[in-house]
Amino acid sequence: MPDRLMPDRLMQDRRLFLQGAGAGLLSSVMGGKIAFAQAPTEKRLVVLFLRGGMDGLHAVVPYADKNYHNLRGTIAVKDSLNINGYFGMHQSLRGLHGLYRQGELAIVPAAATQYRLRSHFDAQNMLENGSGTPFGASDGWLNRAIVGLNGGDRRMGLALGKQVPLILQGASGIQTWSQSGLDPVSDDFLSRLSLVYAGDETFAKALADARETAGASDMMGKSMSVNTRRKDDLIELAEAAGMLMSQPGGPRIAVMESVGWDTHYDQERRIKPKFQEVSDAVLALKKSLGAHWNQTAVLIVSEFGRTAAENGNRGTDHGTGGVAMIAGGAVKGGQILGKWPGLSRYSLFQKRDVRAENDYEGIFKSVLISHLGLTDSFVADTVLPGNKSKPMEGLIG
Amino acid sequence: MKNIETFIALNRFGLGPAPREARKVEDDPKAWIKAQITPRATIPRSLIGFRNSDDIIRDIHKARKRGAIKSPDEKQDLRAAFAKELLARSKNMIVTSTPFTERMVMFWSNHFTVSTTKKLIGPVLPAFEREAIRPHIFGKFSNMLEDSTRHPAMLAYLDNHKSAGPRTPVGIEQIIRSGVRTTLNENLAREILELHTLGVNGGYDQDDVIELAKAISGWSHGSVRLPHDDRPIHGRFEFKKHMHEPGSKFVMGKRYKDKGAQTGLNILDDLAQHPSTARHIATKLVRHFVSDDPPEHLIEKIANVFMDTDGDLAKVSEAIVDLDEVWMNPLPKVKSHYELVISAYRVSGKSDVGVMNLVEPLREFGQLPFSANSPAGWPDKASHWVSPEGLMRRIEWLDKFAKKLPATLNPAYVQEELMGPVVSDDTRLWVSRAPSVSSGLSLVFASPEFQRR
Repeated sequence: MPDRLMPDRLMQDRRLFLQGAGAGLLSSVMGGKIAFAQAPTEKRLVVLFLRGGMDGLHAVVPYADKNYHNLRGTIAVKDSLNINGYFGMHQSLRGLHGLYRQGELAIVPAAATQYRLRSHFDAQNMLENGSGTPFGASDGWLNRAIVGLNGGDRRMGLALGKQVPLILQGASGIQTWSQSGLDPVSDDFLSRLSLVYAGDETFAKALADARETAGASDMMGKSMSVNTRRKDDLIELAEAAGMLMSQPGGPRIAVMESVGWDTHYDQERRIKPKFQEVSDAVLALKKSLGAHWNQTAVLIVSEFGRTAAENGNRGTDHGTGGVAMIAGGAVKGGQILGKWPGLSRYSLFQKRDVRAENDYEGIFKSVLISHLGLTDSFVADTVLPGNKSKPMEGLIG
Repeated sequence: MKNIETFIALNRFGLGPAPREARKVEDDPKAWIKAQITPRATIPRSLIGFRNSDDIIRDIHKARKRGAIKSPDEKQDLRAAFAKELLARSKNMIVTSTPFTERMVMFWSNHFTVSTTKKLIGPVLPAFEREAIRPHIFGKFSNMLEDSTRHPAMLAYLDNHKSAGPRTPVGIEQIIRSGVRTTLNENLAREILELHTLGVNGGYDQDDVIELAKAISGWSHGSVRLPHDDRPIHGRFEFKKHMHEPGSKFVMGKRYKDKGAQTGLNILDDLAQHPSTARHIATKLVRHFVSDDPPEHLIEKIANVFMDTDGDLAKVSEAIVDLDEVWMNPLPKVKSHYELVISAYRVSGKSDVGVMNLVEPLREFGQLPFSANSPAGWPDKASHWVSPEGLMRRIEWLDKFAKKLPATLNPAYVQEELMGPVVSDDTRLWVSRAPSVSSGLSLVFASPEFQRR
């Protein structure tokens, strides 16, 4: 409802710009001030976080499992795109299915963090803080990874959207990027304001980070004007992420978020456009990354999966094992990795959820070590402590 | 402004100083707050006359049945009514002389979040706040819990209105027809336990969720009708016996004999008085009024008051005001985006704020009322409101806002009036050195002191 309140007149002059500086202003704001550090890695990592508990069985469908149709009843996925004669992918994930066929997408079914309860907020928190328990750390594991990669240079990490999600919060400064319709303020004013903020760490740090992104975005050398959409649209965020990450000194680790996956009712109708959006966003990211796609891994994860059985409202309730999809040119795609427990009554977790045989943490470790080049011990002691999963083998090649 | 206590009362407890408000507060800031704690909260005059949820929900569903919900006109009407009340609510917060009351409305409305992320219930959400939250903010927590849980907006937001027990006529038929395993929807039951009462570490488990879901199965409203049911629809709570799971329920170790609709109410009553609930509520209140990281001994103190008074929110609110720690640090909290916008307009003392002047910043900031992304509501921590991106949006808007103020204002004077006792040396210095009146005013409004409370 409220997102319809804005009359068209205000939407017409909407434009994209970065951290408070219009494209035209950027060069005058930051011109010559920022010497981009040489990034310590050419590898790129994008985490696409689907908040709300994405139903893994609806995305990657075990259509040949003899219990599948019985459990899923009216919401069983029809005409899925075949993968291997047992699993198929939902039609609205056609783009991702294409990547799988080209060897650029790997799938880990029956996957989740080691969290085994069913609270969104605890589960998301645990996935993001990486300590092995909900609220076990007040920073995010990707931020700690950045500290390990370059000592916390804030040019490394990028949050797409208005907030920095917990997974990226911490000692290392993070750039953020989003669309806005408000007028930029002058550099002179921002300089004065930074003096006013000197004694307030929270405000000072956020302002410094914001101004730095404004500088970084200028390196894109493109005007990103003309945007008529009202909200941060996942596909546009993906395009922007790709452009920023393609720059020589640009960010290397980015996080995008998508909400609306908590499909307690009318699952098929509600999840279809979400699948389409995710699929399109990954393809948009690939396109805008260009040749850098080959050095990129994209982790598509959600806090948990959903019940194996349909509920009373053509939906599903909070569950355990979901799915992880890992896309990118740096990924050994075209394969299904990990163990699959099946859907028989005895293999279900607490007789209701897909058993999470495969730990997200193992997938994260594989990406941190084999892709980003962090050491085993740094990952085990600092990035993902409190977790004994082995790095998943055969994911990065 | 004379003293720090006045600043705290007006900002931490109020919604920012309105013109001449400091004078009413400065003699006895505590008394000013406590005078607003009246057990029977009245509806502000500007919110009288809006339609009740019964009518709104019935209209939505009637239109839907006719297929007219797709017609732009009908949608437009519902949207316009929603926008009108949203504006009235915000304007009231801008001019009110009882801002602590309004802050508590927001606090509890956020505790029992309902959101436009579910489009169909969007138009009824301001009515939800008016009907289920507002009357109880200084009443009994158990009453607020009951009214908000039974409110059609909540039942629909968290999917309970169509939840049927698996051993009920509706459930059995559905199971046979479509082969589903269960027809329960546990969404509302889970959030009652996790978010509204006990809290996530409050000691419940999955079985408690299911048992509570069974107990409140059949809690629905009068616009949910089976195909062969021809009774006229309405938008009030309705208990549907044919969807209510029979038999005893076991929640948190206690057995509840089935008494139809009453079963769920009995459980809610017990949950409302559970020590975990007291702790959970106390934690959120102390976080809101003392610190992002609420100290344990204060949580305990407030939880004890909650327990000792059976969740009397007037007493609990007074206990918060009486915490010494509240009055020690003047600037521990950052205003939410909504609070920031309201407090800026309060300074101007004008009530004729156009709808776009409210909606535009809130949309940019991503905090239109009733649009939280999840049932957990808006976070109550600085890190959520002062991200680089979020802060830059705030600065841009505050700058624009300040530029519209009369150029005859003296920035130093405005600064002293709004936050004199707490202004830092940095702020005072750079405001005094501002190259223009407009730039000085912008600095005052964009300062941490104005953005904190």
